[in-house]
Amino acid sequence: MDTSKSNNKKAAAEKELLLPKRPFRTHGGVHVEHMKNTAEVASEEIPTPKKVIVSMQQHIGAACEPIVKKGDKVTVGQLIADSTSFMCAPIHSGVSGEVTNIGTIIMPNGAEIRTIEIESDGRQTVCPDIEPPVVTNADELYAAVRKSGLVGLGGAGFPVSIKLNFSPDKKVDTLVINGAECEPYLTADYREMMEYPEDIIEGTRFVMETLGLKRSIIGIEGNKPLAIKRLDEIIKERSLDDRMCVLKLGTSYPHGAEKVLIKACTNRAVPVGKIPADAGCVVLNITSVSFIAKYVRTGMPLVSKRITVDGSAIENPKNVIAPIGTMIADIAEFCGGFKQEPKKVLMGGPMMGTALYTLDYPIIKQNNGLIFMGQKEADDIKPSDCIRCGRCVAACPMLLTPVNIQHLVEKRDVQGLNDLCVMSCMECGCCGFSCPARRPLVQYLRMAKSIVKSGR
Amino acid sequence: MENNTPTMLSVSSSPHRHSGENTAYIMQDVLIALVPAALMSVVYFGWRSAMLIVLCTATCVLTEYVCRRIMKRKQTISDFSAAVTGVLLAFNLPPTLNPLFAVLGSVFAIAVVKQMFGGIGMNFVNPALAARIFLLISFPSHMSRWSLPFFYMSANSATDVVSTATPLAQMASDNMNTPMIDLFIGLHGGCLGETCALALLLGGMYLLLRKVITPHIPLAFIGTVAIIALIAGQNPVAHVLSGGVILGSVFMATDYTTCPVNKTGRVIYGIGCGIITMTIRLFGSLPEGVSYSIVLMNILTPHIETLTQSSPFGSEVKSSGKQ
Repeated sequence: MDTSKSNNKKAAAEKELLLPKRPFRTHGGVHVEHMKNTAEVASEEIPTPKKVIVSMQQHIGAACEPIVKKGDKVTVGQLIADSTSFMCAPIHSGVSGEVTNIGTIIMPNGAEIRTIEIESDGRQTVCPDIEPPVVTNADELYAAVRKSGLVGLGGAGFPVSIKLNFSPDKKVDTLVINGAECEPYLTADYREMMEYPEDIIEGTRFVMETLGLKRSIIGIEGNKPLAIKRLDEIIKERSLDDRMCVLKLGTSYPHGAEKVLIKACTNRAVPVGKIPADAGCVVLNITSVSFIAKYVRTGMPLVSKRITVDGSAIENPKNVIAPIGTMIADIAEFCGGFKQEPKKVLMGGPMMGTALYTLDYPIIKQNNGLIFMGQKEADDIKPSDCIRCGRCVAACPMLLTPVNIQHLVEKRDVQGLNDLCVMSCMECGCCGFSCPARRPLVQYLRMAKSIVKSGR
Repeated sequence: MENNTPTMLSVSSSPHRHSGENTAYIMQDVLIALVPAALMSVVYFGWRSAMLIVLCTATCVLTEYVCRRIMKRKQTISDFSAAVTGVLLAFNLPPTLNPLFAVLGSVFAIAVVKQMFGGIGMNFVNPALAARIFLLISFPSHMSRWSLPFFYMSANSATDVVSTATPLAQMASDNMNTPMIDLFIGLHGGCLGETCALALLLGGMYLLLRKVITPHIPLAFIGTVAIIALIAGQNPVAHVLSGGVILGSVFMATDYTTCPVNKTGRVIYGIGCGIITMTIRLFGSLPEGVSYSIVLMNILTPHIETLTQSSPFGSEVKSSGKQ
């Protein structure tokens, strides 16, 4: 009995490494209107802004320390901030000019963080030290990616070098490329697929081969047929189709959430509280791999970002390529200003994005969307009593029970919240989206997590 | 930092989009789904039926308004949940019931069962069913005086009501003589809203299509009733179509507040309703047991939920490094 079971397991494991033809079943999820209005508009580069403010917190993890001081001249691609911390990515200047101030800014979460203010000279002089890195093995790739300042460009902003630096005993065999872009409005990744498809395939091949992985699966939501076709063609042209494939995913939200994507692409589940490497996968955003290909070719670190600017309040929705630290007000102006007064401004997509308190705020590396919502779109309807309809339970991709979690939060029941595994929540917003009583369920989940973390 | 923003931006927690659904839309869908059965009850049992439906609904809504007013809480009559309770309670009354009892039942359902426990989402049993049981226990003879469909068209309807036995009572006394087709379209004695299975199933289809309910509870409930009837050597179709099984499984057992929130829990709950219903029908002294079965399972709902709590995604797998 036991031997046949383990044999079956082995056979299953070998079979598992085939490239999937269709996505595997995932849990929960909701259908959100796509609103990809900017999909077929080519990206535009913003004219060099007069002033940029570079936040020292561009990623999840430790903040960077400025290594330039007031009055220093900087060039494009020059290292301006770094940290010795493991969980960190260095920061480079996106403009050439002079450092005018080392200041502070209040982040939307209320924390105060240091900033480097740079006044641009408009010449965009490139840093003379920039040269393509030599990458021949996994360690060199890890070092190069750290040096490039790359953070996950899908929105969460996890330093990419850490994702690549998994321990060998994890038996990682699969590279999963996240091209789902399941947030409404956002088309920044889609534009990368349409504008630089060769870089995406090259970056994927490069990372897969350097890390010694067996296969790559590029997961893209079915609402991007042109991108799927184009990437598929390139894979076939370069005869990589024996170990690389484009997988057409379903269009329910959140297919781009790491754990959901891994399930859809490989049928594996990431153990609770663990990382993708524990399921034998490395997950990179599609724009991130494309950047790696460009970085290995040119050596230019991450200094600018493509951002989808959309929402009911903006005059000309489009994708804008802007240096890191460009002020949101400048970007709004570049997009023709506002056709109605913005009531809510989001950094990121409407499902997981952060609402900003001011337009006087700079963009950061992980930013992929700026949504300017007008009065009607931003209208917040007050929550009513929970009717226990169970829609949040059906919608949760992590199989949690938000309906019961909210009551335990009000009681501050640490043990009960622990039993309901609230730490698995990734705040995708499916529960809040589907709640007919408009309960602030994501907010409850965040409180639940902080109660469990602090133990009271 | 100086703030140059001309307006105040509103900040809130994500998500910043919403499905657009709200409690009132859901309750309106339930009311729409109840329309075919309400129309059929008026056709079969005449103006008395229409009067009871309107009376119960009006009393429930008024009671809710007064209760919220007295408790100094936000008005909730606009969510239509009190109206749903009113219609469902009327559906569970004999067509010839004295209107005063209907008013009493409606007040009991909203004031005692719903508002005293905190209003919508807080009641631990279904208000309409609790009120029906309250009336059944308090006024048993009034609550089991059945009349034949179209009794109001017979010559002596003004003075007297033709009493009849419900199909279940016939079954209990081994004297079942209602044809199956009559059971299906509702040509038999019974509560005013429960007789026409066809109309109720139409409403149920609507609720399923609109995703107001999931099929788990109705299928588990009806399936269990049919299987137990089969085992007991009785006609499963007759058991499903007579009494309140269709009304109960589609509209009453699926009440959000009092049924489990997860799928496994809902199946167990539905099976439990079926078992209790058939136990009462086969072995109890009452001919019908749907109301009791649902209310008893309502009480078990929190325990079913605790026992069927799903483990989060990824809790059953081990890290690949440890394999």
